[in-house]
Amino acid sequence: MKIHTFTALLLSSAFSATVGADTIKIASVSPLSGSQAGLGDMIKLGAQLAIEEAAPWFKENGFNLAFSPQDDQASPDVGVATARRIVNDREILGVIGHLNSGVAIPASEVYREYQLAMVSPANTNPQITERRYPNVNRICGRDDVQGPVGAEFAVNELGAKRIFVVHDKTTYGQGVAEAFRTRALALGAEVVGYDGTEELSNFSSLILRMRVMKPDVVYFGGIYDRGGVLLKQMRERGITATYIGPDAMDSSEFVKIAQDAVIGAYYTTVAGPADQFPAARSFAERFKARFQKDAESYALYAYDCGNVFVAALKNWIEQNPGKTPSRTDVAQAVRAVTIDGITGAIAFDDKGDRVRSDYYIVKFETASYPGTTVKAITQTIEPAP
Amino acid sequence: MDGALLDILPSIILEGLLVGCVYAMIALGYTMVYGVLGLINFAHSEVFMIGAVTGVEVFRYLSPHIDNPFALLVVAILTAGFVSGATAVTIERLAYRPLRRRGYTNRLVPLITAIGISFFLQDLVRLIEGLWHGEFYMNYPSHAELEHTLVLPMDMTLQVKGLITMVVTLLMLGGLWFLVQRTRLGKAIRAVAQDATTASLMGVNPDSVIARTFFIGGFLGGVAGVLFGVLYTQVNPFCGFIPGIKAFTAAVLGGIGSIPGAMIGGVILGQLETLGGFYLPFFTDGAIGTEYKDVFGFVILVLLLLCRPQGIFGKAQKDKV
Repeated sequence: MKIHTFTALLLSSAFSATVGADTIKIASVSPLSGSQAGLGDMIKLGAQLAIEEAAPWFKENGFNLAFSPQDDQASPDVGVATARRIVNDREILGVIGHLNSGVAIPASEVYREYQLAMVSPANTNPQITERRYPNVNRICGRDDVQGPVGAEFAVNELGAKRIFVVHDKTTYGQGVAEAFRTRALALGAEVVGYDGTEELSNFSSLILRMRVMKPDVVYFGGIYDRGGVLLKQMRERGITATYIGPDAMDSSEFVKIAQDAVIGAYYTTVAGPADQFPAARSFAERFKARFQKDAESYALYAYDCGNVFVAALKNWIEQNPGKTPSRTDVAQAVRAVTIDGITGAIAFDDKGDRVRSDYYIVKFETASYPGTTVKAITQTIEPAP
Repeated sequence: MDGALLDILPSIILEGLLVGCVYAMIALGYTMVYGVLGLINFAHSEVFMIGAVTGVEVFRYLSPHIDNPFALLVVAILTAGFVSGATAVTIERLAYRPLRRRGYTNRLVPLITAIGISFFLQDLVRLIEGLWHGEFYMNYPSHAELEHTLVLPMDMTLQVKGLITMVVTLLMLGGLWFLVQRTRLGKAIRAVAQDATTASLMGVNPDSVIARTFFIGGFLGGVAGVLFGVLYTQVNPFCGFIPGIKAFTAAVLGGIGSIPGAMIGGVILGQLETLGGFYLPFFTDGAIGTEYKDVFGFVILVLLLLCRPQGIFGKAQKDKV
């Protein structure tokens, strides 16, 4: 009986692989529940909008383009389990995600086994592309540029001399904090504290140390959930040092947590605010009309990721009429794609990094989201010969 | 720099006292239930969390109606106390009492039940808050009056909300001591703690006494939840775990079953943590960071318990024959 069910399952999956071949699914993987759902939800919705908008073209050409949102709960083990589930669905030909580098790195090992293309809107850890996997790409910048961009801003423009660096001990947070610290030291600033913490609520020991070390800038490498609380408690206890964080502060949740303390805080980001892109206004309107929510943080980048897949699939289908692409085909087509996305021109180098990435420095002038962009820096990574 | 390290010592001790007070309030709940039932109620950390979440909801819905933040805080504390107390009684009624009725003398069974309830409650609150407000993190709104900083001698600063926490802790400790030592209910609680069977022969209804003990412990946990949330500004459905474990440790350190022990244990743990978190990075030149504050605290605890396994105020338990 068991064996029968099993063969039946096998048969049915083989069957759907041939007959149902006209369905192409693009999955998004990001935290949809738990502490970082605020950022993860935006990735899902941005990707969904791109897929839905492109579906009519695929319909005309005999394909059913579907969207499959998945939850990785911002946890490496759940992320890997989700990746395994994704690769088992033969119709999924592309993955948009993840949010956390610490989740994306192990999960992308799974995608690599199956040559499943991944395009990330948000993973900034250098390790993502330094492994040179042919199927792993990102359209955002890297922490080994983002950290230094923050450090240069702090030292050269804010005149920081004493910097206190805190990180959340994750792959992402510690990585960007280390890159920040190295550049800050090279620029001649003094790093008066460098600490990791997994604390969520009581930051009093750190804040007491800040009282003694008297930093003029506090850099927090981590996500808004800790960063917001730390900032609020710093201000309540009279620490006036300027707060700088990386791109994971880019959420209205950050403002909700820190409340008035957010005024005057800066963050560096790899995902430019919508006001930086001329085409983003109409995107924001379509997004609002579709989901009744304001597009935030990574929504725009996830939308561009979706369009990378759409363009890659269109190219392949036009060149191979009447055929259905395999995962390897899609991975190759994605790496070769060149599109004019809302966030600018998108093309990948041989590692899977975006050839041209932008970095922004944003300041909260009032206790409201989004903040004001104070500086935009374009960094061009020359494609290797 | 060495001068600065000493100058800030009073502030560190004050900060440790503050977090110690929160631990102590939670520890009271562990210690009371243990005293009466010999059960470690691991679901108490979730009773605490439910208090913290209830407090957020009170602040959210009553802020437009009550202008005075102090009145708002009192309402939040009382509401959260009652909600948490009711939760604790419900847990006792639905989970522990049936086990007791069936005559499980093995303490592992209710212990595992408690851990199960703990997980259940975390995800239940996550579900409810997710459906109700779509929120995972819940924030206590800022009130300038509560956050006003008092400047004390020796460069110490204390926010009004910190002062309130300390006063409430002392009040609760005093009230609890009075209740247990000076009232009929207290006498009944002590009788059941000594020997439930004999107490029932003397006309004490152990089930009702146990339920009321759970209510009192839960009430204190709920109050602690609100004060914790107001102090550290943000709570979430999983925020009970760490304070719960620390409070449990504090209860063991003070001698589980002893009310002053819970208080002293909480304060000692708070001090160790804050002192360790502050001085370790300085003395090791940054090699051991603030992140090791818990390790530091717990190493000292292990050493203390090696010397005095029954805890500071605990009575050494010989096997009952």
